[in-house]
Amino acid sequence: MSNTATTSAPQSTGKKLSLKENYALLTRDLGWDPSYQKAEDIWRNVQFEGIKIHDWDKWEDPFRLTMDAYWKYQGEKERKLYAILDAFQQNNAQFNVTDVRYVQALKLFINAVVGMEYASHRGFNIIGREFPGTAARIAAQMQAIDELRHAQTQTHALSHYNKYFAGMSNFPYQYDRTWYLSIPKSFFEDAVSSGPFEFVVGICFAFEYVLTNLVFMPWMSGAAYNSDMSTVSFGFSAQSDEARHMTLGIEVIKFLLEQDPANVPIVQGWIDKWFWRGYRLLSLVAAMMDYMLPKRVMSWAEAWEIYYEQNGGALFADLARYGIRPPKHADVTVKEKHHVGHQLWSTFYQFRHAAGFPVWLPKEEEMQWLSAKYPETFDKYYRPRFEHWAELEKQGTPFANPTLPQLCQTCQWPLLFTEPDDPTQICYREGAYLGEKFHFCSDGCKDIFEKEPEKYVHAHLPVHQIYQGSYFMPDVNPTAPDFNPLVEALRYMGLTAGHDGGDFNTHIDAKNWEAWTKRPANAHAPHVTPTAPDTPERKAA
Amino acid sequence: MNIPTQTIGSRQPVFIAFQANNDTRPIIDAIQADNPHASVDEYPGMVKITAPGRLVIQRSSIEEQAGRDFDLREVHINLISLSGEVDEGLDQFVIEWKSA
Amino acid sequence: MSTQAIRPGYHGTMKDTVDKFHGNQILNIGWDQHLMYATPMCIPVPPAMPFGALVQQVLPGLFGQHPQFAQIDWTKTQWQRSGEAFTPDMDKSLADNGLGHKAMLRFKTPDQPGLAGAAF
Repeated sequence: MSNTATTSAPQSTGKKLSLKENYALLTRDLGWDPSYQKAEDIWRNVQFEGIKIHDWDKWEDPFRLTMDAYWKYQGEKERKLYAILDAFQQNNAQFNVTDVRYVQALKLFINAVVGMEYASHRGFNIIGREFPGTAARIAAQMQAIDELRHAQTQTHALSHYNKYFAGMSNFPYQYDRTWYLSIPKSFFEDAVSSGPFEFVVGICFAFEYVLTNLVFMPWMSGAAYNSDMSTVSFGFSAQSDEARHMTLGIEVIKFLLEQDPANVPIVQGWIDKWFWRGYRLLSLVAAMMDYMLPKRVMSWAEAWEIYYEQNGGALFADLARYGIRPPKHADVTVKEKHHVGHQLWSTFYQFRHAAGFPVWLPKEEEMQWLSAKYPETFDKYYRPRFEHWAELEKQGTPFANPTLPQLCQTCQWPLLFTEPDDPTQICYREGAYLGEKFHFCSDGCKDIFEKEPEKYVHAHLPVHQIYQGSYFMPDVNPTAPDFNPLVEALRYMGLTAGHDGGDFNTHIDAKNWEAWTKRPANAHAPHVTPTAPDTPERKAA
Repeated sequence: MNIPTQTIGSRQPVFIAFQANNDTRPIIDAIQADNPHASVDEYPGMVKITAPGRLVIQRSSIEEQAGRDFDLREVHINLISLSGEVDEGLDQFVIEWKSA
Repeated sequence: MSTQAIRPGYHGTMKDTVDKFHGNQILNIGWDQHLMYATPMCIPVPPAMPFGALVQQVLPGLFGQHPQFAQIDWTKTQWQRSGEAFTPDMDKSLADNGLGHKAMLRFKTPDQPGLAGAAF
């Protein structure tokens, strides 16, 4: 490994350096070989994963950004973005969105995604220190700044909504404690506590390259369709950083695979793990696309088909020459694409009293869209449940799940997923380790646990923590006459019972929206107003 | 080392997507002119250019369309996403899959 | 140790051992083919609870909203623990019925097959 300057001084004719030469001088050639400390004492964590690197100089920089170009173009993006955010705020554009159901999707974003961006920032800081290769360290440091930028710009873009709508003000606190937010939190904690090579394969490649389009393309298109200028602007601004991240991800993979054949099976194992963990995490986007956008862009099934099956297919065809195959259980994701959005929404609906946002049932017009997008599954398996629950609402006996769900030890989702070949059957998987039982939602999650049980036995499962009694604030008195364990657990999690979640129709956001905009809170149910008395129209809606 | 020996031209799709605004119009026009095999799809706020196997983005073509000097790194301001392996230079950059 | 770690002998603490649940144990319960309940349920129970009490007193609170629950013929109900068929003794405790901490209990009611032909 050599980090000393290898190029000779530029010629005296003042010939312009090529992009590659310029980049090399201003990045990797700023490094040096340590002369009085041992390399293995400086870079302490790059042996234990078993990855072999023979020549860090073989790292080919995909987008050859030097620091001056980085500041210039990032600064340009910021100026454009904040001008738009200012205009958005000054013009009360938060009221331009289709209806206030759309805002509920933004709550998921601020509470789930911002924490992940910040965790990613910290993870890239770590590898920006731990990688011996100078060019790799610089790429990681730039990405660390990008991820922090994303956390900041998301916070700014969404902060204006916080002035008007519930459930958004406490996002760092909720990210750490709310039961369903342990899904994104545990994902990144798993990544950041892995070694530097696993982190970069799992996040840079599997998440940022293979799966990122499934977060940003539908979410930002959804924002555009529903007239959310703030989120569209933030989203497109972040995506330009994401394109650099994606190229870094594919460069990382090629670099590791080319350095030594011994790396291939290790990298394949990480691709399998992180593809599955990332896929499970993204199930949230399925519910958002299919149920939460008043104006829908495309179905989850369509998005998965384009952004994984086609684009991912092309990617893995390209990597086949290194001996890499598509991720394990990819076939399950294809089968599940017809089901996950509906299953997730059914779950959020029945646990709406414990959610940080209100939930609603799809109206007939929406069910017709779902029927057209999911011709083999929606009318058969899912329409009956939504119609049944709508009928119960009309009768004044709305359905709710009376207790807490069983969670998967690995991904921490409730066990809401069904067998890949039988959507009438919950997928149960179980394992035993050191005399204790562990439960999983899928073969994918069970595989992950069994390869690293030492790591997952201390997964912080919110449901188990509630039953251990750790989800109460210090001032709680269980002997008090009005003690309500559910209310107290929600308070611990940063949720206000009876206010943040529950039924959309009577939620504070719906009431305020109609009072402030004089437009329906739900564009698909325009006659249902939160404060109107029960009328035949309201009942029929 | 573990360098694979075969690099056959691929027909798998590559794409590049830009924000739809006045700054990207000359970029998109230039890409279309230089890549007749590419197709262009318009989405809300976004333009996506897809081609089998390979897309080339030439600085000189963009300058011709824009009527001014152009630094290829300016694409970063409006770039949304891409799919394929990137080979970046001062005068062009190429997105392609190296093998089928 | 299969997890690669920077220190030998790395092992996370077992976070959900039974001693942490104040005398209760965790019981996971699913009613097969009744996806009105989108997930199996997780509840804390005393290990000494008689199985019959679980059926008579606990299950109605969990599943009673389903129109078919009151109609169940419990003599026809098929039970599984951790995927293995078993016949519970209603008079014996959960523990004595082989249902320990974090047991997975599933029941199937062939006489009440779920609504709408969709296992709902």
